[in-house]
Amino acid sequence: MRQFLVFVRKEFYHIFRDKRTLLILFGMPVVLIVLFGFAITNEIHKAQIAVLDNARDAFSSRLVSRLTASGYFEVNRYLSSRAEVEPAFREGDIKLVVVIPEKFGHNFHHAKKAPLQLITDSSDPNTATTLTNYANAIVMQYQEEMGGKMELPLTIQTAVRMEYNPSLKGVFLFVPGVMTLILMLVSAMMTSITITREKELGTMEILLVSPLRPLLIIAGKVVPYIGLSFIISLLILAMGAGVFAMPVKGSLVLLLLECILFGLTALSLGILISTITNSQQTAMMISMMGLLLPTILLSGFVFPLESMPVALQVISNIFPAKWFIIILKSIMLKGGGLQQVWLPTLILSGMTLFFLALSIRNFKSRLS
Amino acid sequence: MSKQYAIVTKALTKRFGHFTATDAITFEVEQGEIFGFLGANGAGKTTAMRMLCGLLTPTSGEATIAGYDIYKQTEQVKKRIGYMSQKFSLYEDLTVKENIRFYAGIYGLSNQQIKEKTAELLRKLQMEKEGGQLVSSLPLGWKQKLSFSIAVIHDPSIVFLDEPTGGVDPITRRQFWDLIYEAADRGVTIFVTTHYMDEAEYCNRISIMVDGKIKALDTPRKLKEQFNADSMNDVFLQLARAKS
Amino acid sequence: MQPIVVQHIHKSFGSVKALHDISFTVEEGELFGLIGPDGAGKSTLFRILATLLLADKGNAYVNGSDVVKDYRSVRRHVGYMPGRFSLYQDLTIAENLNFFATIFSTSVEENYELIRDIYEQIAPFKDRPAGKLSGGMKQKLALCCALVHKPRVLFLDEPTTGVDPVSRQEFWEMLKRLKSKGIPILVSTPYMDEAMLCDKVALIQKGEIMQINTPAAIVAGFGRQVWAVRAKNMYHLLKDIRAFEGTHSCFAFGEFLHVTLDTDESALQKYLRPLQHEDLVIRPAQPGIEDSFMQLMLEQNETT
Repeated sequence: MRQFLVFVRKEFYHIFRDKRTLLILFGMPVVLIVLFGFAITNEIHKAQIAVLDNARDAFSSRLVSRLTASGYFEVNRYLSSRAEVEPAFREGDIKLVVVIPEKFGHNFHHAKKAPLQLITDSSDPNTATTLTNYANAIVMQYQEEMGGKMELPLTIQTAVRMEYNPSLKGVFLFVPGVMTLILMLVSAMMTSITITREKELGTMEILLVSPLRPLLIIAGKVVPYIGLSFIISLLILAMGAGVFAMPVKGSLVLLLLECILFGLTALSLGILISTITNSQQTAMMISMMGLLLPTILLSGFVFPLESMPVALQVISNIFPAKWFIIILKSIMLKGGGLQQVWLPTLILSGMTLFFLALSIRNFKSRLS
Repeated sequence: MSKQYAIVTKALTKRFGHFTATDAITFEVEQGEIFGFLGANGAGKTTAMRMLCGLLTPTSGEATIAGYDIYKQTEQVKKRIGYMSQKFSLYEDLTVKENIRFYAGIYGLSNQQIKEKTAELLRKLQMEKEGGQLVSSLPLGWKQKLSFSIAVIHDPSIVFLDEPTGGVDPITRRQFWDLIYEAADRGVTIFVTTHYMDEAEYCNRISIMVDGKIKALDTPRKLKEQFNADSMNDVFLQLARAKS
Repeated sequence: MQPIVVQHIHKSFGSVKALHDISFTVEEGELFGLIGPDGAGKSTLFRILATLLLADKGNAYVNGSDVVKDYRSVRRHVGYMPGRFSLYQDLTIAENLNFFATIFSTSVEENYELIRDIYEQIAPFKDRPAGKLSGGMKQKLALCCALVHKPRVLFLDEPTTGVDPVSRQEFWEMLKRLKSKGIPILVSTPYMDEAMLCDKVALIQKGEIMQINTPAAIVAGFGRQVWAVRAKNMYHLLKDIRAFEGTHSCFAFGEFLHVTLDTDESALQKYLRPLQHEDLVIRPAQPGIEDSFMQLMLEQNETT
């Protein structure tokens, strides 16, 4: 046991003396969260719109002020005829035109039917879709308040999104993604690098020749990283909560336990990588290409899985990141408990055991 | 008769913070001379060599290489020197010929020249058959001979050799020195560091550095007389031990 | 019991023969040297004995334990210092030493007696990271780390490579003191002159042992008269002597050339006279291990 503690202490020396890596480890989550939270966001902020108000009644002007009050839209100009719509788009600033029909208020109250037209600039389809969704949502809320039931183009999908992320904050979707990415990086990449470093340095030879059991060597190398990844999870959660007021609707304990589980999955992957390579450089390449890229691309973190070809959707199942993101979103945004996340949890646990078994089988108590 | 000097240094000094790595070293190396540059680990050899190759700027002092100032004329200096170290010499994943072509290309040799030089070099090393082989498949001794030949492929006036023969078998080591002798015979100045004291005796003159200073500089025979020693090893040990 | 017994070890990596039919024994309290250049197979042999590699053929026993079957017992009693001083560069001297003591379930204090005179030389720097030590100090620290669990056998793979002559000499003095404490030591080196400091040496080249004997016996068995020849221009002298048909071998050796002849010395004198070498000296010389090594290498090359 004493040997093990000394081993872990040595590992912490390595970690804390390598100031540059330490800075990256703790700096990166901060930078990523801030980047995704503020800069690279697909949420709408003061999108420029034009309004062609053919009604010019109290009802229509209230709708427009409702749209602008949300903060998502800003009226750039009022148009006076249908002919001005296209030139307005062509200038480039206008992303959405709201066309309000004549007698809007009258029709709303009496005919119970008030067709509202939203015209978008679909040269950027993603933004266009988001804009219509936002506008729809606001219009729907407005009409509900007015108490009338009318046929406005509403989609159930919009309603669902609104429910779990009422203020439509993109950062809420990125926090789980960043968390997954960082845990993968710290646990898998750092472990594989630190083990291969001992091989390169030649110290692995001495460790193997010593009476230490191989299992103890591995455990000694990874335990510090479990601690480190846990601390970093806390840091990300704290940033999410502190800076973006990100809620954790479900159980915090469950969330942290899941973080540890995913940390273990990533660590077992890291160990597996280190058993198949002898150089730090290769270990790093494998971690980057084999783990980080799929984590970013195929986990539903940046690109929605639903819109991918079926083949990719199937492939995405083998990446632990996908399951962890499902768990995180469920616990943090929907307030899900173990009943809701037992399946992905089981899958992650299974993967972890599989990778561990494979790497223990691969780990050699000799050099070749 | 005025001598031609390949290397002239005057009070050449390099400090890293408070630590003086080379402390006002002054010496001259004649053109065509084999000059052994000895010293214990950490005595400042590598620092001095790097300054002379234009890789490090001295803190103070003067030095010229082949008549060019190492502060202002580093470009000219670099064209006239060759460099070979034990650690890095050749690309293991390139073939022998590809390595030759690459280094010759760096020094601006024309395609015609490269062709001729390659053929001549392979013939001299008796490696015609191995020209297409990857360097990684060659024995260490061959690699060292090859990398020396490449270091002088652009006919430099001075070649710097940093422990070129470490770990090489005794016969190949001597074949390596044959190459050095032959280059010196053509008028190339050889500036070499080594841990083999018998190799020190092959040099025309030797300097021994201790703690950043040159403590002895003369022909091997005169140094042995001066220190009343049987071998250069004794001379070296006496000097290096004297400091503590 | 003989502490190290090696019987007909073979090892290949792919098509490369790293070791071919290696056999030798190291006696109690003996300082045994494996002398050979890089690539001779020394490190492979050490790794087989340290239970890190499996031989293709043959057996080896360390302290009576089979290095394959009883590898755990071998690992407990061996002190192994791989080439390149495998130390943690970012840990200090004291931390490295404590770490290696603990993984062998012991403490520095427990076996301090054994490492005292080595450790005291580096103790003033004990808080300095290993990465910032000079080659000589790293070497001493690595030796302390290999000794800290009081091994019954010591394996040192090229402990003096890349280290300056002063540190090398100090290192051999340390080995002598360790030997006097009764620890059998197997040490490898590419420096031929260090062979003279061993009790017994195996000259190894291209994976084969060319000769095993005491250094004195190897030198005595050289069998030819060696002539030391010197002149002002050594390069021209070397070329001339090699061109002489009575020359058997001619190699540079310090300030002299070592020449062995198929004829007698007067023929060489006669041959050199018209070539007008300045300061020509020809005198008989004692052969060294290096002469023997080169002679054996030439014979090996002839047979293959």
